Amino acid sequence: MSDHTHSHPTPGLYLVIFLALVIGTCATWAIAFVDLGIWNPVVALTIAVIKATLVILFFMHIYYSSKLTKLTISAGVFWLMIMITMSLTDYLTRTFLPH
Amino acid sequence: MSTSQTTTSEHHPALAHQFDSMEQQQDASTFGMWVFLLTEIMMFGGLFTAYLIYRIKYYPAFVAGSTSISVSWGFANTLVLIGSSFTMAMAVWAAQTGRKKSQIWFLIGTMILGSVFLGIKAKEYYDKWDECHIPGHIIGKGFNTWGGCSATNKSLGNIAQEIVERGENNHEEIPLGAATQTAQQTEIFFSFYFAMTGLHAFHMIIGLGLLSWLLLRASRGEFSGQYFTPMELGGLYWHFVDIVWIFLFPLLYLISRHKGGI
Repeated sequence: MSDHTHSHPTPGLYLVIFLALVIGTCATWAIAFVDLGIWNPVVALTIAVIKATLVILFFMHIYYSSKLTKLTISAGVFWLMIMITMSLTDYLTRTFLPH
Repeated sequence: MSTSQTTTSEHHPALAHQFDSMEQQQDASTFGMWVFLLTEIMMFGGLFTAYLIYRIKYYPAFVAGSTSISVSWGFANTLVLIGSSFTMAMAVWAAQTGRKKSQIWFLIGTMILGSVFLGIKAKEYYDKWDECHIPGHIIGKGFNTWGGCSATNKSLGNIAQEIVERGENNHEEIPLGAATQTAQQTEIFFSFYFAMTGLHAFHMIIGLGLLSWLLLRASRGEFSGQYFTPMELGGLYWHFVDIVWIFLFPLLYLISRHKGGI
């Protein structure tokens, strides 16, 4: 079926993504033992976001998908960000108020 | 189907009558799967949000709890799960390109790696059980009567001792009373640890069920370049579970690791 419009990645690309994920995992593991102060969670979560993005774009074929699917997923992630940031904005600022 | 206006492909037996073409059918199915996965993201997202809020509120306890779980097993499990995502992606590719034998072998490989992940998880759970770190009223008692903790010195009191020692290494004196209170609060961390990894492991078990079903259909030769939607959607589910772990690993195992523990 060569005229299928949703061209999927080749095994070679999958292998490259897999190796990138392994490197990311090793990096985040090694960096975790270095004391970076408040930057430890930032670095760890940044690497996690990069790894998740690679999985979504290539293993889950979003790089090759329709604009509708891309937009829907972006909206979902945006909604997740609303939940996390607004909840934390609330809880992190409560201590400024008198009890 | 005779009224269908444009079909680039012949009538495939798997084409449902409400769709014009196989492509339209696959687009609709994929879109529906993604909408489902977004609800899953919101469910796990709620747990992640709660975890972050409690981590801020009980920071010393979360550091103590987080450094008591084994980063080596977590690291190994991350590699296992990434490997299983790779074999799953290859299984979908094999199905799409009509390679019957390879898709079966890649599915089996994915299932083996998924089982290894669950095995390692079970070993980690057993260690927590053995160390009396299961949340509940277990401090110091040893709860030997129902066969749980074999060694009373490995209870949460042990975490209190570690907190005191860690304080000494940083030239600060932490009274044992305060350390014990922090150790008791690690039960909140362990509650999150078991809820989040438990829900994730539950998804893995469902995933293994889905893979068994895919394996059966693949062995019947049902998938081809024209029709491989179940493989594609099964793959999406499996990769989603992988992504959840990609965030669980740093949040539970890593972000407090520079404070100590191996």
